[in-house]
This record gives sequence, C-alpha cells and structure tokens, in this order.
Amino acid sequence: MKIVECKKVCKSFGKTEVLHDIDLSINKGEVVVVLGPSGSGKSTLLRCVNVLEKITSGDLIVDGKSVTDPKTDIRHIRQEAGMVFQQFNLFPQMTALENVAFGPIKVRKTPKAEARKEAEELLSKVGLAERAGHYPSQLSGGQQQRVAIARALAVKPKLMLFDEPTSALDPELKGEVLSVMKSLAEEGMTMIVVSHEMNFALNVGSRLIFMDEGRVIHDGSPQELYENPPTDRLRDFLRNIQ
Amino acid sequence: MDFQYQFVLSTLPQLMKGVKLTIYITFYGLAGGLVLGILTGLILAYRIPVLNYIGAAYVWVVRGTPIVVQAMFVYFALPLAMGIRMTGIYAAVLVLAINAGAYIAEIVRGAVLSINKGFVDAGLALGLSRFQVTAYVVGPLAFRRMIPPLGNQFIIGLKDTSLFIVIGVGELTRQGQEIMASSFRALEVWTAVAIIYLVLTTFLALSLRWLERRMKII
Ligand SMILES: Nc1ncnc2c1ncn2[C@@H]1O[C@H](COP(=O)(O)OP(=O)(O)O)[C@@H](O)[C@H]1O
Ligand SMILES: [Mg+2]
Repeated sequence: MKIVECKKVCKSFGKTEVLHDIDLSINKGEVVVVLGPSGSGKSTLLRCVNVLEKITSGDLIVDGKSVTDPKTDIRHIRQEAGMVFQQFNLFPQMTALENVAFGPIKVRKTPKAEARKEAEELLSKVGLAERAGHYPSQLSGGQQQRVAIARALAVKPKLMLFDEPTSALDPELKGEVLSVMKSLAEEGMTMIVVSHEMNFALNVGSRLIFMDEGRVIHDGSPQELYENPPTDRLRDFLRNIQ
Repeated sequence: MDFQYQFVLSTLPQLMKGVKLTIYITFYGLAGGLVLGILTGLILAYRIPVLNYIGAAYVWVVRGTPIVVQAMFVYFALPLAMGIRMTGIYAAVLVLAINAGAYIAEIVRGAVLSINKGFVDAGLALGLSRFQVTAYVVGPLAFRRMIPPLGNQFIIGLKDTSLFIVIGVGELTRQGQEIMASSFRALEVWTAVAIIYLVLTTFLALSLRWLERRMKII
C-alpha cells in the first residue's frame, strides 16, 4: 500500500529548480535510505513530503491526501509524517518530557495526564526515562536527538522522515540514535532516512535512493547498489563517504 | 555649601504628588505601549499585507520626531486640527504609549526574527497551526530575548515622563520646578528629584532583572 507518491514533482526556489520531475512511490513498511551529495535536494524532498515546502508542479500524495488539493488539511499530512531534523530543534524552554507531550496535547487534544504518561513511555523506549525533567541544554546531542525522535513519535505518525539525524553528532554518539532508529524499523515503521551511514543503509534499509542535482539517479536494493554501483557517479560518491 | 535637609523634608509631600503622577503615566503609558508594540512588532515580523506598511510608517514617524514635539502636537495641535481635546494627563499617557510602542515594535520584531527557523519547522512538522507555533513556541522564546531591551525601554519611558513638563502635567519634574520657582533652592530640589528618579528606575531595573532570572532557560 502506497503511503507516499511523487508524480513529476518539481520544486524551485525563485529561478533555481531544486527538484526535477521526481517520480517515486513508497509503500507502507519500507525503510528508504536517501543518499546524495550536499545540495542535491534531499532535505527539500523530505520537506515537500510534510509540506514545510510547497511543490512548484506535479503532485505529491501522502497517506492518500494530495498536497496540492485545496481541500486537504495540510496539518493532517504533517501529523501523519513525523520529522526529525539534523539540528534536533527541541524546544529549549521545555523539558524533555514537555517536548514529547507537547504535540499530542496541542495537536491530538490528548488530556494532559495521559499525554505525560505516554511521553514517559516514549522516553523510556528511547532509553531516556531518567532524563525526563532535563532541559535540552542539559542533554548531550545524542540524547537530544533521541528526545526529538520520541517527540515526533508522540503524535503517532504513520511515516517518519529523518533528515541527516546523526550528521551533527560526534561519532561516539551516532550509535545510540541509529539503534533507536533500527528498533523503530523493526517495529514496522515506514521511514525515509536521509543519511550517509552506509552500515545503517545496508543493515536496516530496505531500499536505497541516490539523488544528484535534484533527480533520483538510482533506486534499488542497498546491497546491490553498494556492491555493484551502476555508475561512476555513485561509485565515487560511495568512496568519498567512507 | 549650604544644604538644608529640613527644606527637602518639607517638600516631600508635594514631590510625592509628582511621583504618583509619574508612576501613573509610566504604568498606563508603557502598558499601552506594550500592547501597541507587540501588535506592530508581530505585523512587521510576519509581514502582514497592508498593515505591514502602516506599521512601518508608524515606527518611522515616531522614531523620527522628538517626544517633546509629539507631546506638544497631541496637546496643542490636535485640538486645533481635529477638535480632539484632552487633559494633560491623558495626553501624556497617550504620547508615551505611542512613543514607547514604536520602539517596542522594533524590539519585538527583532526578537521574533532572531528565533531559529528550526523551532518553527519543528512545531509545524508536529501538525501545529501557525498561530499555535507563534503562541507556544516563538512567543515564549522571543519574550525571553525581549526582556533586556524592554527593560531599557521601560527605564527610558519612565524618564521621558519628565518631558511632559512642557504640557503642564504635574509629574515629578514639574513639581520640582514649581518648588524651585517659589523657593529658589535649586540644590535641594534637584538633588531630591534626581534621587527619587534614581530610586524609581532602580526598582524597575531590579524587577526586570528578577524576571529575567526567573525566565532564564537553564
Ligand atoms: N529556502 C530555500 N531558498 C532558496 N534555496 C534553497 C532553499 N532551501 C534549499 N535551497 C537550495 O536548494 C538546493 C538543495 O538543497 P537541499 O534540499 O537542502 O539539499 P541537501 O539536503 O541534499 O543538501 C541547494 O542548492 C540549496 O541552496
Ligand atoms: Mg540537507
């Protein structure tokens, strides 16, 4: 069953076209890893999926709703597509627990006590039960990113978008975030992950997409693309990120 | 030097009348300025069509003219121009509100624009409306950034009430002026008036410092 479908999606900022005719469909349960050089449009693609950016032409259907249909409630799409950012973007004035409970309280109208209880459960799921009362500035980068994942999960999305979730982290902190993502994938969450962590792509990813200059150049199995890169472009890229 | 403490004590009742009025004008003027400033600041920061230009014109006019001239205009010129007549105290409150509002608008605009776009994205990505993001995410963060410059503006506003002497409002400076005129004891009067202003501004500064510490993000 399709959860994301891009039909000739184009996105321009002013005169520069950043995404060219992207055709892509993603089924429920897939873990899609997106690779590509800086500036190739990976973030923009994710941001179009949860409508933080409006597409310029084509159509994009998320959870059965078209982002271009004026009748679509964009907030509904955003609730179904949770997003995790490179810079975590936790709300600094709220504790870890408040960050996680915030979405359900404001968006799903969950009663406060219930939202806090669910937030506690989510925090223990990402291994941070004891840090519930800490502010983001009191947490390490890896801990902040795990709270950010819990925050996105709290609104019970059907799809999770990760935009370079470990790029801002020191190497020794990447592992804790990747293992949370791995267990999420094992639970069957549909995920689109922009990341250059090849181990994650090979062990957890069910599909690999290589983007360059706003186009999808390759789309296939991570193992096959990794072992036999079909183009020099991908081969060079893979060599560079090692 | 002949400094008569007795004389200072004898003027205190009259000076306190001025203090009361100074506090009254400052309080209502700044409260009005805060409402006007937050509204205008948000309009400018979010570039609300049309209102955006009105807000920019308001800030331009108010920042580009002295507050004394603004007071004279409201109190002496408006009655002639449009038949709008008001007491000196109301004129003072109105002018302070309009004047402080323009500066506060710039403070609010700057604070809102300084908030990392990433927090807005994070809020929107959760499914919040723009209004919710402004009210629960950007607002509280911007408010914390606004406290130091707002404190500065409040202290300027308090001291600016002394300029309403030009429209005959009996605030603290005016009371000092009147005592001076009848007693010629400049040293005592202006020392006392200066100290009273210092006490008032210190109290204001300490309150804001307290608020700032309470709102600090750990
Ligand atoms: N808001 C924006 N305004 C203008 N240009 C943008 C904006 N966001 C991204 N771009 C441009 O779009 C291109 C793709 O950016 P991005 O999607 O962030 O790439 P990636 O995530 O693959 O590094 C870049 O050239 C970038 O400069
Ligand atoms: Mg990016």
